[in-house]
Amino acid sequence: MGHIIIKNLQKEYIERRKVNRSLECPYVACGEANVVFENINLDFEEGEMVCILGPSGCGKTTMLRIIAGFEKASAGNVIINEKTVTGPSSDHIFVFQHNALLPWLTVWENVELGLRHLKDETKKKGGIQEYISMVELDGFEDNYPYQLSGGMQRRAELARALAAEPDTLFMDEPFSGLDFLTHMKMREEVVNMHQYIGKTVVIVTHDIDDALIMGDRIVVMNGRPAYIKLTRKLDYPRPRNYENMPELSELRNDLFFMLGVNYAV
Amino acid sequence: MKAIQQPLLFPLITFSATLLLWELLALHSGWSEQVFPGPVKVFVGMCELICNGAMLRHAVASLFRVTAGFYLAILFGIPLGILLGRWRTAQQFLNPLIQFLRPISPLAWIPLSMLWFGIGDKPAVFLIFLASFFPLVVSTTAAVQSINPVYFHVAANFNFSRYEVVTKIIIPGMLPSVLTALRITVTIAWLVVVAAEMIAVKSGLGYLILDSRNALRMDYVMDGMIVIGAIGLLLDYVMTRLNRIDSIAWASVGGR
Repeated sequence: MGHIIIKNLQKEYIERRKVNRSLECPYVACGEANVVFENINLDFEEGEMVCILGPSGCGKTTMLRIIAGFEKASAGNVIINEKTVTGPSSDHIFVFQHNALLPWLTVWENVELGLRHLKDETKKKGGIQEYISMVELDGFEDNYPYQLSGGMQRRAELARALAAEPDTLFMDEPFSGLDFLTHMKMREEVVNMHQYIGKTVVIVTHDIDDALIMGDRIVVMNGRPAYIKLTRKLDYPRPRNYENMPELSELRNDLFFMLGVNYAV
Repeated sequence: MKAIQQPLLFPLITFSATLLLWELLALHSGWSEQVFPGPVKVFVGMCELICNGAMLRHAVASLFRVTAGFYLAILFGIPLGILLGRWRTAQQFLNPLIQFLRPISPLAWIPLSMLWFGIGDKPAVFLIFLASFFPLVVSTTAAVQSINPVYFHVAANFNFSRYEVVTKIIIPGMLPSVLTALRITVTIAWLVVVAAEMIAVKSGLGYLILDSRNALRMDYVMDGMIVIGAIGLLLDYVMTRLNRIDSIAWASVGGR
């Protein structure tokens, strides 16, 4: 369940503006390849909460999309539960950065997407209700996504993802665009959810604090082409905070340095 | 004053003012009543046409043709639009042809349609079909292409079947834009029916206008025009009401 191995992953694309349409290759786009990342080798254990950290534009979202099967890698492969990923599947659900609830369906109907294979109506209804309650959206079942606040939309999407009972959950910048307090609240909820269901969760973020507070493992990506600068297991007990854990504070300073920013200005 | 609501009051003022202006123009134009009838004569003519049943018969005939042609256009145009919107190869093959045929006025098809379908409802229905088909295909294609690709990712992620992609993503996703297109297209169809009826048939509002001209009854001509305008207004109103259905509210309230 949710064991992810990434082998020699590489992604490159051809810069459109530099495409050279010569006589030798009039139809095939040939030109200078732009390498996004290369030689990525990672191993995520079952049930881990992995935070992939890196500056924006470093290719971490592209990597997550490849792991989830939405994009093809140029080389290397991704193996989840001993199966090579060839495309998207409901075994691993992707939570998109921007609201991806189907706007023409209510909260109930959106959550139902993950459970629509169930034949037994009472079982299905019970399941939907359970996941809606898990994210505390009771009473909002019949609301359309546009009638919910940003935080509630994220929670509804989380419920939809969990309802599909995936082995693995991928989250791309799950807290972007939320106000500070909602961000903190969602962070707490995602950690609680993870401890409760115990599935592998891979989160892409540019927020160092999110990574340190939430992650069982952090992976730092940087550079152009990007490479894995650091991967470290964080064995700190929860609830975590910087005040009680000087090591965490130290690591935080190291990460700032690693990503090329000065925290104290 | 309170009894009449403002949204009704303003158009009422406009229409009354227009009537007054019309009466004044008719009185002082120097043209005879046969050439430029005033509102009173037109109103009397309207009463005659309604009482002898002619107006209802013509209006129903026109509406029948528009409905038939419009439904045919929906039946063929929307599925084709979905196909072109989702399948790039099909679009590359068919789009040039559609763009080539589209600017040819339906009226240019009149000689051919009469030759092919003879006299009666069929050529008129065919012309209305042509007039509404191309706009519908083009706007459905655009509507499908503008569906946020993230919803197709969600569909793939939740193992949607092809059928589910059509019913759960494409149709609801394109509905708001397609309803707007239907609203515009029904107006085009209504424009064309009048022209079509001037040629090939012996009923309908277009025929009424042509026949009255031949009989030099300009009051009947104007009655025909008034009913055409009124029905056009009604059709537009019905289509606007359609835009208020619940499941497309997302499109107008900041949804994508």
